[in-house]
Amino acid sequence: MQSQLSVKHLLGIKELKKEDIQLIFETADQFKQVLNRPIKKVPSLRDITIANVFFENSTRTRLSFELAEKRLSADVVNFSSSSSSVKKGETLLDTVNNILAMKVDMVVLRHSSVGAAHFLARNVDANIINAGDGTHEHPTQALLDTFSIREKLGEVAGKKVCIFGDILHSRVALSNIFALQKLGAEVMVCGPNTLIPKYLGELGVKIEYDLKKALQWCDVANVLRIQLERQTIKYFPSLREYSLYYGINKELLDSLNKEIVIMHPGPINRGVELSSDVADSHHSIILDQVENGVAVRMAVLYLLAGKQGQ
Amino acid sequence: MSKRSILDNELLQITLDRLCQQLIENHDQFEESVILAIQPRGVIVGERIKSILEKSLKKKVAFGHLDVTFHRDDFRRKEAPLKANATIVPFIIEDKRVILVDDVLYTGRTVRAALDAMIAFGRPKDVELLALVDRKFSRDLPIEAQYVGREVICLDSEHVQVDLHEESKGEDKIWLVTNNDKK
Repeated sequence: MQSQLSVKHLLGIKELKKEDIQLIFETADQFKQVLNRPIKKVPSLRDITIANVFFENSTRTRLSFELAEKRLSADVVNFSSSSSSVKKGETLLDTVNNILAMKVDMVVLRHSSVGAAHFLARNVDANIINAGDGTHEHPTQALLDTFSIREKLGEVAGKKVCIFGDILHSRVALSNIFALQKLGAEVMVCGPNTLIPKYLGELGVKIEYDLKKALQWCDVANVLRIQLERQTIKYFPSLREYSLYYGINKELLDSLNKEIVIMHPGPINRGVELSSDVADSHHSIILDQVENGVAVRMAVLYLLAGKQGQ
Repeated sequence: MSKRSILDNELLQITLDRLCQQLIENHDQFEESVILAIQPRGVIVGERIKSILEKSLKKKVAFGHLDVTFHRDDFRRKEAPLKANATIVPFIIEDKRVILVDDVLYTGRTVRAALDAMIAFGRPKDVELLALVDRKFSRDLPIEAQYVGREVICLDSEHVQVDLHEESKGEDKIWLVTNNDKK
């Protein structure tokens, strides 16, 4: 059994092997156990400094990374572009090199440009963890989503997972598709055809435009937010109309002749993609996803730091 | 590579019985005592000790698995396995008398990590250490075992190999392995 990751950076799920994902899960199991103790801290990364560099807004991901880092005893510095010299015209590479000059070992990067993390990994010495690059990948989200499915349903292999909503602008969708397929799940996407990229079929993903049919097919529904901030043109007439065709509500779930698991990476737009009675129901594992996020990120940081020492 | 047996099936059983008698002398009915076995191989030794104790005391003995991976001091310093095992401590050790169990006591660093890991479950009344094999004179830290199955004196180039049937499916055998092939 593999005891080390095959990669030096976590840039995307695409670069990971199935065995890497399994190793992350097995390590995360132990960290989840640590997080349920009275003392939720281990000293593993006490000689490591990590910079959280966020060029885009984030609540969950940044908090989750920061908690994961602190629970591993790492030193943490936070950077957000809104209050920094980026506003004065500094480039990404200069910004990060300046941070690294202060002896930082790992960088958690969120950026609105696709490939920003890959670019950094090629140009700087630290371990890079991609916390979302534009509409490309968000690997730790996919890891925690699949980890949560494994926890809820016992395993990921053979499960039918459908991703609903704004697939076109979603890095969560792409990372999830890679992770689910590597772990042997069947993947479907469902949404208005303007929001489903046409190349998706080539990835071996089923495409469905009918919400009811998709719900009938799947064991797990991973529901995404409509990313209005990334939409430069109109993809559907109105949010109200979107909600009528693609909003999941209690009535709809009750009309299915089976139980399905509801997931959402957050932030939820209540009343748009999910109604409140679904988001807060026993079907939903949304808060378990958040809880697991810390353990999964601890596992990623721990395993990458272990590689760094060699 | 040559190896010499230091404990076999029969001797191991006698040794474990003797260790259990020593434990009972100090811990009587085990009312306030718990066993914490260090992953991975201390757990096998610990399970054996536990079953002997339970047979002679005719009651359950509190038993936990302690994994020290995240507390090791050689993380990132050598190619140590990163993979963690399960920590299962189904009780609080506050004010309990803890007996740590491991297969081989060598530098003492694993035990130091175990002491660190253990503190997450409370402040014990006292802590003792049981080692099936004690490699004398090789300690890096001021740590000694109160209960020792077998003492061995060996060089740093030698190592103690513990084959227990739970893991190796063969006979119980503990070897002293000498690495002759000089590269």
